[in-house]
Amino acid sequence: MAMARDSVGVAARSTMSAEARLALLEELLRCAAPAEAAQSVADWLLAHSGADRTLFAAPDPVRGALTGIAGAGIPARQLKKFALPLDDSGHPLIRALTNGSAISFHSSRETRLGVFGDTPFTSIKVGGGGDEPAYGLLLVSPATEMPEPGVRWVAEALGRCLQNVGGVAVGFGEEDPRVRREHALLFSIINAATDPILFTNMEGQLIIANSRAEMLFTAPDDVSEGRRRAVQLNNMFFSAALSRTALGEGEAGRRELLLVDPTEGSDLLFELLSTVVSDPREGTGVVSILRNITDLRLATRQIDENYVKLRAAEAEVRAERDRLNLLIDSVADPIIVTDQEGEISLMNNPAERLFTVVVGSGEDAQRIVRANDAHFTSFVSGLLSTGWETTRRGEIALVDPNTGRLVPVEALAAKMLSDIGELTAIVTILHDRTEAIERNQLYEQLKLASEELEGKVREATGELANQNELLRRQALELEQASAAKSQFLANVSHELRTPLNAILGYAAMTLQGVSGELSAPQRRNLSRIDANARHLLTLINEILDITRIEAGRMPIQIVAFNLPELVHEVTTELEPIIAKSGLQVISKLSSDVPTLKTDRQKVKQILVNLLSNALKFTPNGSITIKAHAPAKLSVAISVIDTGIGIPKGDQVKIFEDFRQVDQTPRRAYGGTGLGLSICRRLTTMLRGTLKVESKLGHGSVFTLTLPANLRK
Amino acid sequence: MKETMATKNKNEPLVLVVDDFADAREMYGEYLKFCGFRVAEAQNGVEAIDKAKRLKPDLILMDLSMPVVDGWEATRRLKADASTKAIPVVALTGHAMAGHSESAKSAGCDVVITKPCLPHDLIKEIKKVIGAPAAKEAKAKRTSA
Repeated sequence: MAMARDSVGVAARSTMSAEARLALLEELLRCAAPAEAAQSVADWLLAHSGADRTLFAAPDPVRGALTGIAGAGIPARQLKKFALPLDDSGHPLIRALTNGSAISFHSSRETRLGVFGDTPFTSIKVGGGGDEPAYGLLLVSPATEMPEPGVRWVAEALGRCLQNVGGVAVGFGEEDPRVRREHALLFSIINAATDPILFTNMEGQLIIANSRAEMLFTAPDDVSEGRRRAVQLNNMFFSAALSRTALGEGEAGRRELLLVDPTEGSDLLFELLSTVVSDPREGTGVVSILRNITDLRLATRQIDENYVKLRAAEAEVRAERDRLNLLIDSVADPIIVTDQEGEISLMNNPAERLFTVVVGSGEDAQRIVRANDAHFTSFVSGLLSTGWETTRRGEIALVDPNTGRLVPVEALAAKMLSDIGELTAIVTILHDRTEAIERNQLYEQLKLASEELEGKVREATGELANQNELLRRQALELEQASAAKSQFLANVSHELRTPLNAILGYAAMTLQGVSGELSAPQRRNLSRIDANARHLLTLINEILDITRIEAGRMPIQIVAFNLPELVHEVTTELEPIIAKSGLQVISKLSSDVPTLKTDRQKVKQILVNLLSNALKFTPNGSITIKAHAPAKLSVAISVIDTGIGIPKGDQVKIFEDFRQVDQTPRRAYGGTGLGLSICRRLTTMLRGTLKVESKLGHGSVFTLTLPANLRK
Repeated sequence: MKETMATKNKNEPLVLVVDDFADAREMYGEYLKFCGFRVAEAQNGVEAIDKAKRLKPDLILMDLSMPVVDGWEATRRLKADASTKAIPVVALTGHAMAGHSESAKSAGCDVVITKPCLPHDLIKEIKKVIGAPAAKEAKAKRTSA
């Protein structure tokens, strides 16, 4: 490029316009290396300052000379040859590095430089203000006006540029700037790598390390003791790992290396990847790349753990499902789970009986199952088609495929939703309603029967009320009838007595001789009339007594009296009969018998009756009246005879109405047969008992037991 | 209607026998006469009151159950009347019911006798009431013997 501009250099002498200057500055900004910048300036001067030749020389500390770096209008050969020893302090150009800013030379003798021949040139110092050493010298020939302000501006621009590009230590080595760039690039690439990269010799001594490796394996002087020790440890571990690699356990073997994070102190796990490289200049070394697998290992462990957990969870889910299956199967009601599409995904045994065909079953069963399935599907699809409904209840008429029996079921279907409200399944439970329906029917029947019964009861109750009313009326009628009967009997008795009174009266009068003396047969016959009339009168009196007792017209009148007195009264009353019988009547009354408080008249009537009977049925011997107190407030009165006695079988009969043991019309003993019957009734009225003990042919004992104090 | 009056001895007590049943009335009358009494007869209450006022008997033998005016009513009227009040009334009843004798006594009867009553027993009762003289008693006894 410098050569190309050679010819136009002078022609554009006065073209250091502002645009050109701006272009130069832009170009300088783009320059990465100092030599490149120097070349740009040399070229620009040739094009814009009217110079023929330009050269930039800089001190090379390695060669110890001021050497040519860039030039324009000068053959490359000459540029390369340009060199002034730096220790030649007498040379004006060496001095120019430190003194002044611009020096014009008009003769080459002065400088002994063949580059410019005899053409005068100007030397301008680049950089090096104050004590700082200059970057170099910019030489421009021919020297025009001294000092050229445009050239001076250019030198300043170059100085700034060099300062920016290389800093203080600007090197203008021999190396190609591209190599230098590549080196820098390479280094930055290594540095940019996230893995520590090291180059070591075979002993493990560090030759090159990127920043991450440096952090692990190097320790600056000012760091803490802990960090230094960590670095020491890391180096030890690394060497050991490397030596194993060197021993042939894998030329490019991958191995794990545990190191310590010097800043954090935590464990770091690396995968060590080392390769032996042979470099002719540096000898054999090892390139090692460490990959941090701490997180990876952690992640692996985590994954392993998760996997174990997953397996456990899976097993648990399986067990849960088994349990659920068992549970579902143990439920007597059919349970069916359907998926979002309405397809049956799960069902328990009772459901299977309704919805699956048993192998070898007939066509009928298959038809029934299909029908059941259709019914069920239409029920569930009803729930599927509505978005808002979550449950559905309904009745389905299914048929048992095995028996053909109608199974009315109540179906309850519920949507199963996931956490995000997505439909996952529909669970349907079918409940057999047969029993419930039968129960209902039974209940209805029962209700009907109950109502019927209730009606009957009501009817019966009504009837009962009627009956009661009827009974009440009947009772009233009976009462009236009874009263009428009593009245009737009273009347009858009156009507009977009136003629009887006349019969008895006339018989007695006639027998008495009122109508004159009687012949013996007349007297006998009249006596018979009299006796029969008397018997008739007794009968009438006794019937009247019974009637009075039964009509309640014989009221109890309680009085206090002594038994011996009463017994005496009775024997006195019966004295004529006793005298006629010729029997001995003995009283044996114990002194423990208390004063009695009862109906005296009735007791007397009973005793008269008993004594009369004894007199009547005792042909010879004696009659004893005994009395004692068997308990504190009671009395027992016995009439004991030595008479004919009563056969065992007749001992009850004698207390019946119109009873005598001898029932023949021509019986030997008189009496109506009503006496004991009346005694029995009176005894009952007095709350006592009347008992008989007798032996045929040996006599009888009648015992009347009474409470001493009768209460009404 | 029939009026049997003892005429031979005015000193003998007069008994008015009142009974609607002729057989009984005449039987007692015959026996009373046989026993020495004077006898007058009436066959109902009205007649009895009439004769009692006119004859002033020593005793009235009154059957209770009678037509027209019964024995109770007749006795009440007799006992209410000052002229007949003192005449003792011996009632005779065929009814054995307890109520009868009480009601008869409350009507004013001095003695109540239940039928059947033998003539002999009746005379005993009558004599108890009027205290017949021993002569008459003796005479009756003699006659009967």
